[in-house]
Amino acid sequence: MSNLAIETCGLTYHFGNQKVVDDLSLKVPKGSIYGFLGPNGAGKTTTIKILLNLLKSPYDTVFIFGKEINANRIASLKKIGALVEQPAIYAHLTGKENLINRCILLGVTREKVKDMLSLVGLTDAADKKAGNYSLGMKQRLGIALALLADAELLLLDEPTNGLDPNGIIEIRNLMSELSLKHNKTILVSSHLLHEIEKVATHVGILNKGKLLFQGTINELQTFNTPVVEIQTDNREATAAFLSSLGYVVSNINEDTIQLPFQSTAETGKINTLLIQHGFTVYSIHFVKKDLERLFLDITKTN
Amino acid sequence: MHALLISLQSEFYKSRKTLAFWASILLPLCLCSLVTAAFYFKSEKILAQLYSPPVLWMNYIGSILGIMGSLILPFYVIFMAFSVNNIEHKNDTWKSLFAQPLNKFSIYAAKYIYAVLLIFICLFLFFALSLAFGNLLHILNNGYKFNDYSPLDFLSRIYTRLFLSSLGILSVQFIISLIWSDFLKPMGIGFIGLIAGIIAVTRGWEYACFIPYSHATMVISARKEGVAGQIFTQEIYASLIYAAVLFLAGYFIVIKKSVK
Repeated sequence: MSNLAIETCGLTYHFGNQKVVDDLSLKVPKGSIYGFLGPNGAGKTTTIKILLNLLKSPYDTVFIFGKEINANRIASLKKIGALVEQPAIYAHLTGKENLINRCILLGVTREKVKDMLSLVGLTDAADKKAGNYSLGMKQRLGIALALLADAELLLLDEPTNGLDPNGIIEIRNLMSELSLKHNKTILVSSHLLHEIEKVATHVGILNKGKLLFQGTINELQTFNTPVVEIQTDNREATAAFLSSLGYVVSNINEDTIQLPFQSTAETGKINTLLIQHGFTVYSIHFVKKDLERLFLDITKTN
Repeated sequence: MHALLISLQSEFYKSRKTLAFWASILLPLCLCSLVTAAFYFKSEKILAQLYSPPVLWMNYIGSILGIMGSLILPFYVIFMAFSVNNIEHKNDTWKSLFAQPLNKFSIYAAKYIYAVLLIFICLFLFFALSLAFGNLLHILNNGYKFNDYSPLDFLSRIYTRLFLSSLGILSVQFIISLIWSDFLKPMGIGFIGLIAGIIAVTRGWEYACFIPYSHATMVISARKEGVAGQIFTQEIYASLIYAAVLFLAGYFIVIKKSVK
């Protein structure tokens, strides 16, 4: 029995001549919160649409809970709750009516509507036309619609889009709760790593349709090689001096230069050398790139 | 079957606040009320004609049918087919609809059946209100002898024929509205088709029955020519064939449709 909620095997998808998903092999473990990251246009939404069978994938490339999606479309969709792009909401119906309509389609009791409205903080706006909702409110309603079926797998495409900081924190907490307490598997896409690094257990980084990294959030951290950042009175001369001694200057920024970190003793030695040769050292310290920078580096270099 | 029923229930639920739904009730109510009011306020002039009860009924029903059959019904069908599909285009909800654990045939068929039911409701109300308001006229003005003749047989035949004749237009417009999300294409094509249909019938073109937009006008013309006794005539068969073929074609469009 596979331990994967989602598995794609060498999935490739074209829009006309344009390849939008390129040999994608996603592995989303059951019970994980999988941060599906990539810049705008990377192919995240297309992948989510393929996972929902809205876009037809080649046979034997997409598996939901171990079952091939084309052959088991309805059984797979029964296990999925989704929010894709802008929430799909009937503007002429109220928020509550949108949820009731979905209850009808899913054969779910209407009792759940009240709970969902309360969960996403829309109880007071329940009887307001959804067309008059703000973007954040629409997003909340979209999330409520995705949660209504109590599905095992949630596909959330940029769920915090349009939400204020409080809303973002609430959604983040909600995802943690759904995963920890209710053992849901969540695939959440975003173009901002910092938004989901706090909740994600696994990460996949996509760029131009290709998966550049896939693993746990800790594995992503191991990619993150630390550096020594030095600020002196003469940046260029310092870089030239250290290079002449055989040090590799990896980066020259506006005020600082960076070298790969070797050890604290080595950092101390560099400091001593600089002072002995007449440089004024304003600061010298160990820096670990934040994940956001790492994400940008990975997507830029590829 | 369960998927079809819940899809149909959902169609009613989400469309119950739209103009397409209310038009199926308001059109017969308004038109029948207007014709009845005209008969009530112009009773002296009409009674002076000394119509026999059957002729009186035919005049009364004809006033409704003349406007409704060749203009209001086809326009309503064109608009309603647009509205039933546009509710998904406008709100970008095709993706959420097809992401539900329901087979695509049920989703598509429920939309089509809903459209057919709206036409049925509209025509049934025309039928029922014509009968009820005719009898009401008799109560309001004893001079009218609507009670001396029952037009039930004629009314049920003509409205059954109108219902069947509208299925061809519905199917053409349904596919057009399914493919294109904008307002102009379905309405433009429908309008041109309707004009062509009316011209083909009024000019007596022998192949008019091949134009689905001409079927309702042909049914109305047949009434005038006194051959409305038969339900299944050439134009009705043509309409049903169009409906069946295009219904299936629409389904193949839906299953091939990618929600980009």
